[in-house]
Amino acid sequence: MKKYSIFSLVRNAVSYHERWSEAWRSPEPKGAYEVVIVGGGGHGLATAYYLAKEHGITNVAVVEKGWLGLGNTGRNTTIIRSNYLWDESAHLYEKSLQLYEGLSQELNFNIMLSQRGCLNLAHNQHDLRQLSRRVNAIRLNGIDSEILTAGQIKALVPILNCSPTARYPVLGGSLQRRGGTARHDAVAWAFARAADARGVDIIQNCEVTGIRRDGGRVTGVETTKGLIKAGKVGVVVAGHASVLAEMVGLRLPIESHPLQALVSEPIKPVLDTVVMSAAVHVYLSQSDKGELVLGAGIDSYNSYAQRGSLPIIEHMLAACVDLFPIVSRLRMLRQWAGIVDVCPDASPIVGKTPVEGFYVNFGWGTGGFKATPGSGWVFAYTIAQDRPHPLNEPFSLERFHTGYLVDEHGAAGVAH
Amino acid sequence: MLLIPCPWCGPRDETEFSCGGEGHIPRPADPAALTDPEWADYLFMRKNPKGVHTERWVHSQGCRRWFNVARHTVSHEILAVYKMGEPPPETGADSKQNRT
Amino acid sequence: MSPQRHRLAAGGRIDRSRPLNFTFNGRRFEGYAGDTLASALIANGVTPVARSFKYHRPRGIVGAGAEEPNAIVQLETGARTQPNQRATRVELYDGLTAASVNCWPSVNFDLGAVNNLLKRLLPAGFYYKTFMWPPGFWMRYEYFIRRAAGLGKAPAAPDPDRYDKMHCHADVLVVGGGPSGLAAALAAGRTGARVILADGQNEFGGALLDGGAEIDGGPALDWVAAAVAELEAMAEVRLLPRATVAGYYDHNYLTIVERVTDHLGAAAPANLPRQRLWKVRAGQVVLATGSVERPLVFADNDRPGIMLASAAATYVNRYAAKPGSRAVVFTNNDSAYRVALDLAEAGIEVAAVVDPRPEPEGPLPARTRARGIEVLGGQAVVAAHGGGRVAAVEVMGLDQAGGGVIGESRRVRCDLVCVSGGWNPTVHLFSQSGGRLRYDDALAGFVPDRSAQAERSVGAAAGTFALADCLARGFEAGLEAAAEAGFRRKGRSRRAPKAPAQEEAPLRPFWVVPSTVARGRGTKHFIDLQNDVTVADVALAVREGYRSAEHLKRYTTMGMGTDQGKIGNVTGLAVLSELVDADIPSVGTTTFRPPYTPVGFGLLAGREVGALADPVRKTAIHRWHEDRGAAFEDVGQWKRPWYFPRAGESMHDAVNRECLAVRNSVGVMDASTLGKIDIQGPDALRLLNWVYTNAWDNLKIGRCRYGLMLGEDGMVMDDGVTTRLAEHHYLMTTTTGGAAGVLAWLEMWLQTEWLDLKVHLTSVTEHWATVAVAGPRARELLSALTSDIDLSAKAFPFMSMRAGTVAGVPARVFRISFTGELSFEINVPASYGMAVWNAVMMAGEKYGVTPFGTEAMHILRAEKGYIIVGDETDGTTTPGDVGMDWIVSKKKPDFIGKRSLSRPDTAREGRKQLVGLLTQDPKEVLPEGGQIVAEPEKKPPMKMIGHVTSSYWSASLGRSIALALVYGGHKRHGETVHVPLIGKTVSAVVSEPRFYDPEGVRLRG
Repeated sequence: MKKYSIFSLVRNAVSYHERWSEAWRSPEPKGAYEVVIVGGGGHGLATAYYLAKEHGITNVAVVEKGWLGLGNTGRNTTIIRSNYLWDESAHLYEKSLQLYEGLSQELNFNIMLSQRGCLNLAHNQHDLRQLSRRVNAIRLNGIDSEILTAGQIKALVPILNCSPTARYPVLGGSLQRRGGTARHDAVAWAFARAADARGVDIIQNCEVTGIRRDGGRVTGVETTKGLIKAGKVGVVVAGHASVLAEMVGLRLPIESHPLQALVSEPIKPVLDTVVMSAAVHVYLSQSDKGELVLGAGIDSYNSYAQRGSLPIIEHMLAACVDLFPIVSRLRMLRQWAGIVDVCPDASPIVGKTPVEGFYVNFGWGTGGFKATPGSGWVFAYTIAQDRPHPLNEPFSLERFHTGYLVDEHGAAGVAH
Repeated sequence: MLLIPCPWCGPRDETEFSCGGEGHIPRPADPAALTDPEWADYLFMRKNPKGVHTERWVHSQGCRRWFNVARHTVSHEILAVYKMGEPPPETGADSKQNRT
Repeated sequence: MSPQRHRLAAGGRIDRSRPLNFTFNGRRFEGYAGDTLASALIANGVTPVARSFKYHRPRGIVGAGAEEPNAIVQLETGARTQPNQRATRVELYDGLTAASVNCWPSVNFDLGAVNNLLKRLLPAGFYYKTFMWPPGFWMRYEYFIRRAAGLGKAPAAPDPDRYDKMHCHADVLVVGGGPSGLAAALAAGRTGARVILADGQNEFGGALLDGGAEIDGGPALDWVAAAVAELEAMAEVRLLPRATVAGYYDHNYLTIVERVTDHLGAAAPANLPRQRLWKVRAGQVVLATGSVERPLVFADNDRPGIMLASAAATYVNRYAAKPGSRAVVFTNNDSAYRVALDLAEAGIEVAAVVDPRPEPEGPLPARTRARGIEVLGGQAVVAAHGGGRVAAVEVMGLDQAGGGVIGESRRVRCDLVCVSGGWNPTVHLFSQSGGRLRYDDALAGFVPDRSAQAERSVGAAAGTFALADCLARGFEAGLEAAAEAGFRRKGRSRRAPKAPAQEEAPLRPFWVVPSTVARGRGTKHFIDLQNDVTVADVALAVREGYRSAEHLKRYTTMGMGTDQGKIGNVTGLAVLSELVDADIPSVGTTTFRPPYTPVGFGLLAGREVGALADPVRKTAIHRWHEDRGAAFEDVGQWKRPWYFPRAGESMHDAVNRECLAVRNSVGVMDASTLGKIDIQGPDALRLLNWVYTNAWDNLKIGRCRYGLMLGEDGMVMDDGVTTRLAEHHYLMTTTTGGAAGVLAWLEMWLQTEWLDLKVHLTSVTEHWATVAVAGPRARELLSALTSDIDLSAKAFPFMSMRAGTVAGVPARVFRISFTGELSFEINVPASYGMAVWNAVMMAGEKYGVTPFGTEAMHILRAEKGYIIVGDETDGTTTPGDVGMDWIVSKKKPDFIGKRSLSRPDTAREGRKQLVGLLTQDPKEVLPEGGQIVAEPEKKPPMKMIGHVTSSYWSASLGRSIALALVYGGHKRHGETVHVPLIGKTVSAVVSEPRFYDPEGVRLRG
């Protein structure tokens, strides 16, 4: 892997940038691998990278139905935070955030992690009580979080309507200063480049059509590029978990819904902080390019269509104009949807399955992007060691039998 | 914005309805007799097909009646609407046969 | 003010009798009614008009419509300022003020242009490769990057304008009012179908507005006028000019942005909204969206003065504005020959038509030559020269394959270059609808292939360019669409409009002009003008492995600007396909996402802002609370009195006073917001047994019972008191926030599972006002207001209901209590609520009756250890967790949620359980949401064993009290636990969650 730096940029400028090498190879699949990862999104690529880096397993293929990083990795609102209520979630997302904090250097690719703070608003007394519970729990879990008064919020986000007579008055909020955003595409590309450099084969345009088994053990995957044998198969897909699981007869507690998002035309900076209002489903940040990036809610029905729809965003923009009056004359440039696989407790499933050598990592719902490195890190461990890491142990499929759910619904609502 | 043909009121905008998720999941007659995984299957496990989905909707801003809908989860085309208690019509609703 | 020195002496569709003043970049100019800002700038010879996003290169106007990438302006100032407007789409009005964006100090001298000098260091995606050192410094670099990025500025004040939404149905929606769309609308309209014709321009006619064409033997514009007149006369036809169809959603649902007053400036009448969003459910859609010309790419093709040939024709013909004085036309197809002739006609010298096709033949090249214009076949413009504006182009011969240049280069002096690389059908809406595109080799562009919805594309949007064919096909499509919507042609059949046939030679697919210098060395070949993406950038992306259309777009930002790549995207794909050695269709097209052109947030929000953002619900007694200066809290959509401060009182003072009044004398509360569901039918009892955890069989008429409702997962969902009013008639109450959800929940079970149950449910929450009278003197107070209800403890015991008359009003009085005191809840029809409330206040005067709010209520119930669903429960709480196993029937074989209670995790010991907490310092009130630990000396991450769910100062007890959920709490009574806070740790002893009158003597009294 040729190192990226200002010096390599200057050096290549002399040769008119004609000598850059490809960021990752595009090999044909070998007949067999030690591990096949199904799904070339951020989570799958991170899994492959950490398998190679942390566990020395480099005979790995990542097979991707289309082009890498273009599913939910490339369709989210790029928010990163770890301010979760439950210990299980907080520890997992905090691991992820810590990995994020060193990722640009580790992968030698600027993922533009911008820790500009993530602010959650409270609009009524009930919100305030929930916020306090959350902030206290997060702090005692050793994660930064603080409560802000309406006055402090106004100073932090001057464009916010903090009038007490607003329809959604801002009574207070919680701030995680280490929260923020990262460039979503760059995360996928950076993991792909680094995994490739360690010998991982990334095979694009290769759809898995079946899972081969011998008795209770997985032996490989059937793909549109032929059979690929593997001792272990890890499925890391978003928006298609049920389709893949059905191949091994696994029923999942997952439903797929479109999550609506949009961006405005680019404008000069007006908003430094990520602002989230779960009560009215507004999630807002401003990208480095100047676009306001807005996340809304999910459509209530099951869908695999990545199309933008109107009702959700109309409702969200009405709340948004109320909260941020100056955005009224800005304009929606683009709207789209990502397909999110939602579990009943709004927490993911990461772990082993009844099929030996078959591991799953999905159901991240609306919160997958911020988990990317952490998810890959624990999943690599799970595959390599054939047992879950303590961080993902609570996120087993069995929890739906025992009732040991990690219910982030009440606490997070739709969380990006 | 889906256009949903309510069996009682006629076609109306999606925003008048609420979606109740997968249909044809009868409540077990004797829950006490079920194992934990069997109960979990009723509670949580869903088909979630990429294809025709038979699901329940309620006209919550209209007549407040529940009914069944067979809808394709990629095209969003509504293939059938039928009343509660009626069996799903032949739409090839088996997801294995109509994965796209 | 300078004269309009580039205005043609005659012609155009401008109104020379109505001059308009406007200001651009601080200078005052004059234009005419009918101008766009762009045409007025051209008529005044203003250039450059903008700077590019990355390199800050000077830019001129390139197009004449929605596709414009360069001429992006900030319109107006103050609260009505509007960033990122395309000058080509802004109609001129008197007093208009606009400025270039993203340049400082001015568009002519822009310091950002230093980027152009550094351009060798700034290839596509350079930021991914640098700004990583030293670690953690990215945000410092980012600070400057953010300030350099962005285009226009957001307003600093709230939007003074208003936006409306219109909902309507159409049998046939025709999108686009050019020849195809007008023909389609005429044909459909004549059948009697409801037709909407929407067009983004200020007048109908589309490309015909450029003049010159002939229809039905006369000038095309006469036909347009007649067609519009005929459509206007049709009762079922709605014409929407200045209305851009922006989104095509599922089930033929489309949005139209109508700009109602944008073109009027300060003259806009106050009664009109600024814009309207039409939401149309269409039976059939005809897409007559036209096409957008695309450029040819050569070295430094971004110089001001280089524009689309069709745009040049539009400025000359429609606006009588001269985009230059000496032109070179560079085209790979016949359409731009017509432009050359139009320019010559307008007196603009045409130096040459440069055509990569070896021997341009046919009527148009012949007419061009006959006009004395030199036609340079088999040649191409390889480079543009000039500083601020193009001053000359370099022309060279092309080899047979078009892959290299041959011969001597020739320099042609010019100040205008009109380019045409062919036409891209405007397939955005078709693609949004889910339709599949096909690459057409002859057109070298994407055309609609398979429809996904009830829609058809016609005219240029479908790749049909000859006017005669557009009219015929449009007319036919209008008839077809109407027929499918159920409308047949009426009366004698009218024929389609006709136009003379035109002969055009096929185009030569051609994208980037080869040059003698390797691409990317020295000169720049721009594909995306707004985002400064060049051919070398695409090559770099491909070299680095970003080979799919989507990767390319994301890596280079090609097509991501405010124009969404309307002129550059197909060229980019062509370059990509050449580099990866695959044909264009196989590298794919990027997804077209809504909207077609940007749509205002305020417009999408409509009227649902401010007080109308969400309905506010108020009780029948709300006015009284307001008049007494109550502080309110939001509970769902309800406004509930929180507390009633007297002059000079703090919240703490007021709440203490209210609590003590209830404990010592009598208080009154507006409890109207509690959910009320009327349940009737012979199977009402069975329903209650299904949905509540306890048994209901032996509840007598006139008696009340508390119930706990679980989800099927066994978790507490809602609670409330249900009263048996008659044999088959019950009244259920729910929590204020849970009312709608509980009703929906019951209906769901009745209609989807227990279809055999004969029960009817009615929400009666707002039928009744509820006045709760609580305190030891409640009976005395109430006895003054009723004579037909025996209030004695024996005749009217706790948990029963009596109907009678209160203050002369028919009432149901419930003897239930959430405060732990003797309490009567008087229910009267809502319209009598205020009267009864006033009567209670008057009758209570002698007892010092005290209105109390939700805060006092919360404290009083916490003193009694009563839970509030949502505070003591959070969706993960079972009845056992909150110490309510007593209400879970062991005998009932089944109820909703029962089976889940015996799952391993829900049945295990040591779950989080409800306890009381008494702080060691009785004056210390724990914060709600405080986390509880057993080992306070540890450092985070600490093991948390629970959290505080409710916590108050209890005036009755003279100390603090708290409720908490603690792991294994039921067995921890007496233990000391700790709540670490910022700067201190509070210790407390675990207790029973009942602090006041644990035996319940008072409420039964």
